[in-house]
Amino acid sequence: MDPSPSAATFPRPDRTRALFPGLLSLCWLIAFVGSWHLAQVEPGLLFQAESRRNMAKFIAGMFPPELSGDFFRLLVGPALETIQISVMGTVLAIAIGLPLGLLGTASLTITGVLNEFELAGAPARRAARIVPYACARGLPSTFRCIPEFVWAFMFVRAVGLGPFPGVLAIGVAYGGMLGKVYSEILENQGMRGSEALQATGATRWKVLCYGLIPQALPQLVSYTLYRWECAVRASAILGFVGAGGLGQQIELSMRMFNFHEVVTLVLLLFLLVATVDFLSGTLRKAIA
Amino acid sequence: MAARTGSGVLGLPPGPRGRLRGTTLLVWGGTAGLILWSWHGTRFDPIALLGAGGRAEILAYARNLFPPDLASAFLAKVLYWSLETFAMSFMGTLLSVAIALLLVFPATRTLAFSGVLFERDEAGRPIRILRIGLFLGARVVLNILRTVPHIVWALIFVFAVGLGPFPGVLALGLHTGGVLGKLFAEAAEDIETQPLEALQATGASRLQILVYGILPRVAPQLLAYSLYRWEVNIREAIILGYVGAGGLGQQIQIAISLFLENKLLTLILAIYAMVTLVDYLSAFLRRRLL
Repeated sequence: MDPSPSAATFPRPDRTRALFPGLLSLCWLIAFVGSWHLAQVEPGLLFQAESRRNMAKFIAGMFPPELSGDFFRLLVGPALETIQISVMGTVLAIAIGLPLGLLGTASLTITGVLNEFELAGAPARRAARIVPYACARGLPSTFRCIPEFVWAFMFVRAVGLGPFPGVLAIGVAYGGMLGKVYSEILENQGMRGSEALQATGATRWKVLCYGLIPQALPQLVSYTLYRWECAVRASAILGFVGAGGLGQQIELSMRMFNFHEVVTLVLLLFLLVATVDFLSGTLRKAIA
Repeated sequence: MAARTGSGVLGLPPGPRGRLRGTTLLVWGGTAGLILWSWHGTRFDPIALLGAGGRAEILAYARNLFPPDLASAFLAKVLYWSLETFAMSFMGTLLSVAIALLLVFPATRTLAFSGVLFERDEAGRPIRILRIGLFLGARVVLNILRTVPHIVWALIFVFAVGLGPFPGVLALGLHTGGVLGKLFAEAAEDIETQPLEALQATGASRLQILVYGILPRVAPQLLAYSLYRWEVNIREAIILGYVGAGGLGQQIQIAISLFLENKLLTLILAIYAMVTLVDYLSAFLRRRLL
C-alpha cells in the first residue's frame, strides 16, 4: 500500500488520477438523474393549486400560536421527559460505549509499545486478543448503523410504550457511536506517558486509569457532551413512535391539524435544545 | 466511575485551585442529580429488562427475526426501496447545499455589513440599515429552517403535496439547508481578510469577492460539511419514511406493525448496507477531493 520514498518524492502522473474527475462527474450525473426519477422530484407539484391551498391552510392555521396556560401545563411533563430520556440515554450509551471503546483500542490491546514485549513471539496470545478487539469494533458499527428511530420502534414492541424504550434506543445507537469515537480518541493519544507508566511496573489496568484516560479525558467528555446535545434532538423525535417526550405531542397536534399547537411545540423544543446546547457548551469550554 | 473521572478532571492543570474544586463539585453534583432525576423519570429499569422475564421476551423476539426473508421477489423490492431512500438522501442533500449557498451571501456578517469590506463604505444610512436587515432576515430564515426538525418538515410537506419521497426530499433539503447555511456562513466569516481586501482594492464587487475570494478558500470545508450531512441524511431519510415519505422507513414501519419479523431483518440488513455504503462513499470522496 505505502508508496516507496522515491515515488512519494516524485509522483508519477497517474492514469487513474487523471481519469478521476471525469469518472466522478459521470457518476454524479447518473446519481443525479437516477435520484431525480426515483425520489419523484416534481418542483411543479409545489405550485399546484391544491398544494398552494394546503400551504395557505397550514400557514393560516399556525396563527395565533396556542399560548394558553392549560396547554403549557400539559407540556411541562413531556418537555421534562424529553430531557430525562436524553440524559438516561446518554448514560446508557456511556455504559455500552466505554467497554466497547476500551476493547476496541488497538494501542491498548494488540499493537504499540504496551504490547510489544508481551505479544512478541506469542501468536496464540495475539490471536486471543484480536477476537475481542474485532468484536468490539464490529458491534458498535451494527449498533450505530441502525438509526435510533428503528431501535425505538423495536424496543416499543419489546418493552411497551413510554420513555423507557426511548432510553434504550438512544443508549444502543449512541453507545455504538461513543464506542467507535472513544477508541479513535484513545488510539490518537501519545503513548509516552503510558510507556513510562508501564516501565514502572504498572498493570494494563493502571496504565489505563492513570495514564491513558486522564490524558484523553477532556476529549472524551467533550464528545460525550456533544452526543448529549444530539440525544435531546433525537429523543424529541422518538416520541413519534410512542417513546414518550415532546415528539408524541408534536405528532398528535400534527395529525389533528392543530397547527397553532405545532408552532408552540416547535418553539418549546427549540428552547429545550438551546438550553442543553448552552449548558453542554459551557461545560465543554470549562473542560477544554 | 463518576468519582474516578471526576478526580481526573481535578488532576488536569487548571486555573485557581479553590475555584476549580468548587466548580467541579457543582458540576459532578449537578450531573449526579440530573442522572438520578432522569433515572426516576424515565422509569429506567435494567432489572426488568435483563431479568429472566425480559430476557426471555427479547430473545424470543430476536429469534423470530431469523431467518431473514431472502425470497428474490422481496429482495428486488428491498433493492428498489433502498435506492429510493438513497435517492431521497442524495436529492435532499443537494437541495440543502443549494439553499445554503443561496443564503450564505446575505448571512455572512463580513459580506453583509461589517468588517474590512465596509471600512471605507460610503453608503448612506438607509442602505446600511437595509443590509443589516437583510443579514438578520437571512439568519432568521436559517434558524427557522434548522429549528423545525426533519420529521415535522416532512409532515408539513406530506400535508401540502401528498405522500411519496418528494416531500421527504423537501424536508431533508430545508432542515439541512438551515444547518449547512449556518456552518457555511461561519466558515466564510472565519477566513482571513487580507486577500479579500486585496480583491476589493482591485475593484472587485462583493459578489466577485464571494466567488473568487471566499468560496475557493472555504470550498474544502463546505464540501466536507456537505458530505458529512449526507451521512446524516441517509439515516434521516429512513426515519422520514415513517411519516409517509416512502423508502425503507415506510417498509420498516409496516413490517414492525404487522409482525413480519423475517422481512424486518432483511430491511434492517438493507439499512445497514445503505448506511455503510454512504459512509464509505463520503469518506472516499473526502479523501480524494480534499
